[in-house]
Amino acid sequence: MRQERNNIFAGIDFTLVFLYLFLVGFGWLNIYAASRTTEDVEFLNFSTKYGKQLVFISLTFPLIVLILFFNSNFYEKFSSVFYIISILSLLGLFVFGKTINGATSWYNFGVIGLQPSEFVKAFSALAVAKLLSDRQYNFALVKNQIKAFIIIFLPAFLILLQPDAGSAFIYLAFFFVLNREGLTLNYILLGISTVLIFISTIYFGPETIITSLFILITFVVVFIIKKAGKLFLRFNWYKIVGVYLLMGIFVFGTNYFYKHVLPSHQKDRFDILLGLKTDNKGIGYNSYQSELTISSGGLNGKGFLNGDLTQGDFVPEQHTDYIFSTVGEEWGFIGASLVILAFMLMMYRIIYLAETHSNKFGRVYGYGLASILFFHVIVNIGMVIGLLPTVGIPLPFFSYGGSSLWGFTILLFIFLRLDAHKNYDW
Amino acid sequence: MQRSFLLNFSITLIGVLFIGRLFQLQILRGQKYDPINNAAVKTQYDYPERGYVYDRNGTLIIANQLSYDVMVQPNEVAPLDTLEFCALLKIDKASFLKRFDRAQSYASYLPSVFLKQLAKEDYAYLQEKLHHYKGFYIQKRVIREYPIKSAANIFGYISEVSESIAKKNTDYQQGELIGKAGIEKEYEVYLRGTKGKKYLHKNRFNKVTGSYKNGILDSLPSNGKDLTLTIDIKLQQYAESLMNGKRGGIVALEPSTGEILALVTAPSYDPNKLVGRKRSKNSIILMNPNNPDKPTYDRSLMAQYAPGSPFKMMNALIGLEENVIDANTSFRCYEGYQYGRRKNEFMGCHCGIIGSPMYLKTAIAKSCNSFFSNTFKRIVEKDNNPSEGLNNWSKHVKSFGLGNYLGYDLPAGAAGRIPSGDFYDNRITYRWNASSVISNAIGQGDVETTPIQLANFTAAIANKGFYYTPHILKKVAGEAIKNKKYTVPKKTSIAAKHFEPIIEAMHEVFKTGTGKLSQIKGIEICGKTGTVENSIKIIDGVKTQAPDHSILVAFAPKENPKIAIAVFVENGGYGSTIAAPISSLIIEKYLKEKISKPWVEKRMLALSLQEVYDKQNSKEIAPGTK
Repeated sequence: MRQERNNIFAGIDFTLVFLYLFLVGFGWLNIYAASRTTEDVEFLNFSTKYGKQLVFISLTFPLIVLILFFNSNFYEKFSSVFYIISILSLLGLFVFGKTINGATSWYNFGVIGLQPSEFVKAFSALAVAKLLSDRQYNFALVKNQIKAFIIIFLPAFLILLQPDAGSAFIYLAFFFVLNREGLTLNYILLGISTVLIFISTIYFGPETIITSLFILITFVVVFIIKKAGKLFLRFNWYKIVGVYLLMGIFVFGTNYFYKHVLPSHQKDRFDILLGLKTDNKGIGYNSYQSELTISSGGLNGKGFLNGDLTQGDFVPEQHTDYIFSTVGEEWGFIGASLVILAFMLMMYRIIYLAETHSNKFGRVYGYGLASILFFHVIVNIGMVIGLLPTVGIPLPFFSYGGSSLWGFTILLFIFLRLDAHKNYDW
Repeated sequence: MQRSFLLNFSITLIGVLFIGRLFQLQILRGQKYDPINNAAVKTQYDYPERGYVYDRNGTLIIANQLSYDVMVQPNEVAPLDTLEFCALLKIDKASFLKRFDRAQSYASYLPSVFLKQLAKEDYAYLQEKLHHYKGFYIQKRVIREYPIKSAANIFGYISEVSESIAKKNTDYQQGELIGKAGIEKEYEVYLRGTKGKKYLHKNRFNKVTGSYKNGILDSLPSNGKDLTLTIDIKLQQYAESLMNGKRGGIVALEPSTGEILALVTAPSYDPNKLVGRKRSKNSIILMNPNNPDKPTYDRSLMAQYAPGSPFKMMNALIGLEENVIDANTSFRCYEGYQYGRRKNEFMGCHCGIIGSPMYLKTAIAKSCNSFFSNTFKRIVEKDNNPSEGLNNWSKHVKSFGLGNYLGYDLPAGAAGRIPSGDFYDNRITYRWNASSVISNAIGQGDVETTPIQLANFTAAIANKGFYYTPHILKKVAGEAIKNKKYTVPKKTSIAAKHFEPIIEAMHEVFKTGTGKLSQIKGIEICGKTGTVENSIKIIDGVKTQAPDHSILVAFAPKENPKIAIAVFVENGGYGSTIAAPISSLIIEKYLKEKISKPWVEKRMLALSLQEVYDKQNSKEIAPGTK
């Protein structure tokens, strides 16, 4: 045992490592296909995207060794320090950050740029794990709930200010974690119904939605009165009126917000997704090309480097956010499904391992990791296959970019470290 | 419920949803995806040369010439001295701006035609000057050339393919050329050849980045096939010249093969008028429906005239076949034929043999109306019911290819009309009999034929009972056609022996009968004149009857015939005065290549009926109507 403890790789879950290597490796092949500009094969040309990505990938190995070098205690003890550094790094952006495409999300270190929000996810997960694993922590108290919300939404808020709505949105993933640890499901249900009402208001118009909602609420109220007796009405009439009012305000507020407040480029993305607008050349070009590119792959795909739409550069940002369309074109339905299955497997495995942790810290962290991966996959692939609006966040391990790759590597390998030590008493 | 359920469930749900969406996109929609026809592949065409066309003697009659278009790619155009440039191209500034805007609105990064089909003499000069103007260049194209200004009706023309065809037929792209009439249309598949295709990979800025799949799908162009026609272009030209100043059609066939030797419609036009830059301007004039000359209307194929007297041979043949007359049958003619009881139910006759018995040979030679009215009556009355009798008659007539499209290989035509018993049953409400439809006996009434049908009828007589479907294609790329439609003879319903007396009689026509004046020494011509009455029309409030059409059918020589011909001259009067001399000149030209009566030739060349036509130009007299 003792010998094994000295070996930093002892106890590491190789299923996850294998899935990690598969996603990173396959991701690079697709980045190569999407970003190569000449017929010549030069992997180590660092002026190209695939060359740079190869450097990023090779730098993950010392990073992994470094992560595994520390033991689990270290991450638990220093989680608050990491968290504070994270918050500072986000705040620092407002002073030293570099603005690219309208968002101040980057530090520029000459040759290389770093995007702190990619790393903050991991450290926020640590902080949440720390908070929730406290023996005194009890979710029943609203005070504790608020504490958790602050830890989660502080970085999300700072990221939203950059503004990078996509990355901020990911923090909603922590609701899965909180729910696992006892937070009532109502928050998630509330969130889902809000989104549903929001979307259907845009799609069907506020009049239709408010009418159907009022009818629905009336039915529920009548049903409750029948069951609970007339007294219910006497004591709760203000609540009922409140619900009606709230719905009215929300629906018409949504409508007003959508039509007058939401920036037009975001509004257009929704419109195109909901089919209220078609514009395959302008704002809808990305989604249209991306869908077309995926469709053209068929069952088997056109083969590595043979995707003519990929090679013709028809999908913008294909090596980063739209990398999945390359998989779809060159590797077909089989390859694309395989990637989705690999992600699913990875998440199932993380959840499974997290549940086996006797220690709460590791479990909460594991859930944080799985939920963040889950949200990234939903938002990214959902966008590429045309089910969700255009939101620019990377596909974990797959997309081009050092910050993203390193951020997810840290996220995953801290878990692997915690997991390897789960049976030790420390 | 396990606490991990919610997340695991959500992951499964989303996973299934995404894979389902991929299935929808890649399997269901992916099948409709065409790998070549997509945004990433640009197809570049390499145009083949259209096939050449020769006449039966190997004379080149349709060739190609180079034409030069000025092209422009707007995004490459640098600021230029517009005035100088306009002067160079001989256009004005407004036209320059209009053309440039059009190119710009089509696509600024793609080349489009700026000025079509330059004159050859301008090309050399422009070529030198144009490279000063960035974004403009000259592109070579191949267009048609007709070295012999003749036979426009046979050649047809080519022009830009219509949008609907370009959409349906993948062989054509918009802006490409396709045969629109004549043999250019009929034999488009042979003539056009196969385009070479080069697939290029392009990116989303439409920039070509290399060849698609290293060119494994590329193909080279293969030129169109050369065709040899059955026509004799010299004969065609000669026949056309004889029709100068006249309206009508001439069809000459080789009876032993069905090959069309000449196919003349008059008036016609120079086929070069529908080539190149002047095409659209000329086509408006030529195809104007109000143009009384209708130069693009092929009278030899489409005009339906009453056949007149040549149709008497048909009735004689049917009479012989049906055994209602024979060589010994005689009828008497009293300057006409009284077919009804009333005084006006009388058909006049100019045969000149009054009251004495007349036999078949004389009846044809002298074109006696009475004889054939009697014959026709017997044919119709042979059966108990006139309707059945006429149906039987109609069947015989149709076996000569009359009354329906002949099936020749040109894309224009008319069916003509051969009435049957059923036709009159439907049209006449009272009980009709042979007398009611007696005009058909002499090729008037309801019978209508086109010149090519009548020429084919003559060929069938020359062959004694069979014919080959007339056709204009002789060889494809040097190989004789094998299409059974044109190489297998069609039998008529009349036995061969019955043709002997008819041929004798037709010979008599040129010896002693109505064609006597047009006989030619050394050639035994067999033929029959026709003079077709026009119906009475009211023009400017006056009852007017347009002059008769002049018709002649003939074949020669009597033994082993080489040529069968039908000549229609609208409003030319008696068949013997215009159609007969024209026919014999053509026959002599074809068989002897020398004209023995140059004075007749001179007269026919100079003869113009323009005055006659001008007189009736008010309104409705369309060519081909009686």
